[in-house]
Amino acid sequence: MNQFEPEIVAFCCHYCALAAADTAGKMGIQFAPNVRVIRVLCTGKVEILHLMKALEAGADGVVVVGCKFGECYFKDGNYRAQKRVQRAQSLIEEAGLEKGRLRFDFVPGPGGKKFAEIMNTMTQQVRALGPNPLKQKQ
Amino acid sequence: MIVADRKPFAEIMSMVEKYSKILVVGCGSCVTICMAGGEEEVKILASQLRIAFRKQGKNIEVQEAMALRQCDDEYMDDPVLIEKVRWADVVISMACGVGVQHATTFFNRIIEERPTRVVPALNTTFMGANLGAGEWEERCLGCGDCVLEKTGGICPITRCAKSLLNGPCGGSSNGICEVSKNTECAWHLIVERLNVLGELDRIKQVEPYKDWRPSHSGGMRKRVREDMRI
Repeated sequence: MNQFEPEIVAFCCHYCALAAADTAGKMGIQFAPNVRVIRVLCTGKVEILHLMKALEAGADGVVVVGCKFGECYFKDGNYRAQKRVQRAQSLIEEAGLEKGRLRFDFVPGPGGKKFAEIMNTMTQQVRALGPNPLKQKQ
Repeated sequence: MIVADRKPFAEIMSMVEKYSKILVVGCGSCVTICMAGGEEEVKILASQLRIAFRKQGKNIEVQEAMALRQCDDEYMDDPVLIEKVRWADVVISMACGVGVQHATTFFNRIIEERPTRVVPALNTTFMGANLGAGEWEERCLGCGDCVLEKTGGICPITRCAKSLLNGPCGGSSNGICEVSKNTECAWHLIVERLNVLGELDRIKQVEPYKDWRPSHSGGMRKRVREDMRI
């Protein structure tokens, strides 16, 4: 039986996570090919609804990757993003989805290795949860 | 403004799960400001409902709409909104209790072909002030007989757990009410404020019993301004 390959949406901060993804590429570090990156100017721009809509549209998992705490280019966007992910986790849990389908993490710009780790662990985590049940019922 | 909290999702689901066309209507006034029933909250609840129903394998359609004020005919008389209400089997109102009741009356008056069922998504909690991002506190009980002039602009009816007119009571300790360590003693605040205003003598005046007749104790209240009626 083929292994389930999850589709993961990654909202990546332009100033850190996206740079880290580039760093990973330049360093030749491989990470799970399941990730679709969406660049955002700051993770503080990611609304709860963006996370829920991604799941509604059939994404198996959504990860928001911002700057390290205290290093946000816009001061506190990453704190806001973390709170919104937590809120969205409780909202999807109420609706019957596993909260593990959403995740917040942070990475500095040069952290190519950490970026690859986040994407790999998120892929494994979502693979363990199985496909998004909404996708099968679309 | 009126402050409200969203009901638990399971309670909302239990109200609407037997219908197949659901309309979620938000209110653009108080509950938008207190982030309980505005446009974003409407979209979030609708998304949650769609996720929950699809997970259960049910083919339920959920639509979204907004009214600037659900407590006012003028702002409800919107053809797009009314058309969506006509389509729906049930309307989830994300307004305060006033909005839900007014929406029920309004939609049932406008739409004659069949009764419109409106259910509440919020628990209306109090009339309060916004103390900062994400924080609200009760400030008015709507007692119908304001005493703020006598108490330095701090309401003992609302903010004192006993609604005392002659306080503080023995439960006040270092400015904190015995009811909760997070509740300031209203009468402690009043004494401090009167002191700053140079009106501390006021607390020597014994206030007589409060007339509660203008309050809700006299039943539902109604206000008519004949000069404003057409």
